[in-house]
Amino acid sequence: MTAIDAPVVDTAADGLNIVAFCCHYCAYAAADMAGSLRMQYPQSVKVVKLPCTGKLDVQLILDAFEHGADGVMIAGCMEGDCHYQQGNLNAKRRAAYSQDLLRSIGLEAERVRMFNMSSAMANRWAAAVTEMDETVQKLGPSPLRRGRKAAAEE
Amino acid sequence: MNASNGTTSRLASILKHGHFAVTTELGPPKNADPEIVRAKARLLRGCADAVNITDNQTAIVRMSSIAAGVIARQEGLEPVIQMTCRDRNRLAMQSDLLGAYALGMRNVLCLSGDHQTFGNHPQAKNVHDIDSMQLVQMVVGLRDRGCFQCGEEIKGDNPRFFVGAAENPFGDPFDWRPYRLAKKAKAGADFIQTQLVFNVPRFREFMRRVVDLGVTEELSILAGVGPLKSPAAARYMRDQVPGMDVPDEIVERMEAAGRGIEDKKARTAAYRETGIQICVEMIGELREIKGVAGIHLMAIEWEDAVPIVTERAKLLPRPALEPETSACPPPH
Amino acid sequence: MIVAEQKPLAEIRALVGDAKRVLVVGCGTCVTVCFAGGAKEAGVLGSLLRMGAQLDGNVKDVSEVTVQRQCEREYLDGIREQVEQADAVLSLGCGIGVQAIAEQFPNAIVVPGLNTSFLGKPAAHGEWVERCAACGNCLLGVTGGICPIARCAKQLLNGPCGGSSKGKCEVGTGDSKPDCAWQLIYDKLKAQDRLHLITEVAPPKDWRTSRDGGPRRIVREDLKLPSTGGQK
Repeated sequence: MTAIDAPVVDTAADGLNIVAFCCHYCAYAAADMAGSLRMQYPQSVKVVKLPCTGKLDVQLILDAFEHGADGVMIAGCMEGDCHYQQGNLNAKRRAAYSQDLLRSIGLEAERVRMFNMSSAMANRWAAAVTEMDETVQKLGPSPLRRGRKAAAEE
Repeated sequence: MNASNGTTSRLASILKHGHFAVTTELGPPKNADPEIVRAKARLLRGCADAVNITDNQTAIVRMSSIAAGVIARQEGLEPVIQMTCRDRNRLAMQSDLLGAYALGMRNVLCLSGDHQTFGNHPQAKNVHDIDSMQLVQMVVGLRDRGCFQCGEEIKGDNPRFFVGAAENPFGDPFDWRPYRLAKKAKAGADFIQTQLVFNVPRFREFMRRVVDLGVTEELSILAGVGPLKSPAAARYMRDQVPGMDVPDEIVERMEAAGRGIEDKKARTAAYRETGIQICVEMIGELREIKGVAGIHLMAIEWEDAVPIVTERAKLLPRPALEPETSACPPPH
Repeated sequence: MIVAEQKPLAEIRALVGDAKRVLVVGCGTCVTVCFAGGAKEAGVLGSLLRMGAQLDGNVKDVSEVTVQRQCEREYLDGIREQVEQADAVLSLGCGIGVQAIAEQFPNAIVVPGLNTSFLGKPAAHGEWVERCAACGNCLLGVTGGICPIARCAKQLLNGPCGGSSKGKCEVGTGDSKPDCAWQLIYDKLKAQDRLHLITEVAPPKDWRTSRDGGPRRIVREDLKLPSTGGQK
């Protein structure tokens, strides 16, 4: 069962692939505003819109990595202001759990990170993307990508 | 009190004759050396009417109660064999009891047993085929009905033990404890040894309820007492041992005993002296409570204190009884 | 319900070993409800096995399938082909499910992904507690609905023991200390004015109906179907 079948992640690309799961009410709006304001931030992020980060399953995060993501960002509303009450708190738990799962197979937990912002915080979005990009740059491309490339070349 | 249905237990006789009974404890060694048992037995000889031989106490493996009891008996003690429900099923229990009786044991204390997670073999499977109350019933059945637990008649010599059980007057639920004691009387217990008593007023209340229920007409209660070695020991018992009630005044009295004494050796001696003194005073108070038929003196890893406490509490010498009623061979 | 939890991933990977084609079988009943071996858990484990193998420089073909209940042969019939194609079957069912798969597919190599622990219920979301020991002779009617076989650490029928303190069992520390079953029984019967149920000495239990009597079996003649070619 793979919830992301279509290549959201471009495994052929040489740049980093970071998938950002954004909630419709806050994070996506903030990203949108950042775009309208022509803010400058790294282009390594591909946005996947969710109605709420509470929709996020651990499986989605693992699928992203299995299909070649170097990092996964989860961006939701400020804690206490989730449009669906506690969706972002559920996402927080699952993000932490997925970090444990990554560690259990030898992947760095820092490749998964959650950020909170309100719909007006365009600069917060830009800052989050920049931070995430820096973190993943330091870690390097996901070891799984190398494996896939090697397997593809055989 | 059905104490002497054919038992030749000294403890049974002492209680039957209305003497204030004294029992104490001997902890077997964590090895196979009989000399250790003999040395402890020699210390305790003459201080008590019977001596409990513990059974893998706190779930730590030690020489078996029956084996150590046989060695202790050779040194002139009358043992009280302890048997927990944790380590043996009903077959092993009855088998061990047949052997114990054949080897001269005459008293059995029936216990649930500390959970094995406390001891040195926490990975073991525990048994608990029957509980302590059912064990009392079973041992009484061996004696009075001459039958095994399954109902089969014992052909030939049946074991005729004087049967004891334990009770914790300070355990929860406090209100239920006297009724649980009544159940043990119904099960046929002849005597009870209680957990260490430090809170005399609370114990007095417990005894009042027990006497009211008529329990003391069916069995004999021996109150648990023990000398404290140090204030640390007092604090440990108050704070870390479930079901123990050690009033703050006693802890404070122990602490006060060492104040102002610089020399460590002298301070230790002062603590011990106070611990013994408190114990002696407690015995004096407990003797006055209606329904208390004796004391069970527990000096854990401090058997030396037993002769001192019994002497000071004016419990010595132990009463002499007719030779044929005693199961102990005369000391050589 | 049966309560289980997943084995550590390292142990699961060791059990799967070098098998190239792995079928992860989830179960849709008890282990789904305790979040140990349902469809979601099977999916996550599948991903971890694939990625873990890849990181080690191997390739594993891991697929997942979940059946309603692994313990019933009709549900397992549906996955026959997948089982036959796999080099190893990783069952996320309880111990019964693992064995059912092994019995139905005698040539399959079946390994367990869970440690089946006890019969119990959720105490809160994410917390399960043991309630039944399957002793085969239920005595809940005389203990106010609280089981001393499952909930008393010493399985006392005439409890409590001397270690009961402030309503807690002597076993364990801090939050892991279980309630004293006999304190609960006493409180319940006292509140319902039914203490007479525990004033008599309860006799020794007949453990033959329990696991001590040997592996158990129940047959209902009224339910047995005629065999093909039989008289009915």
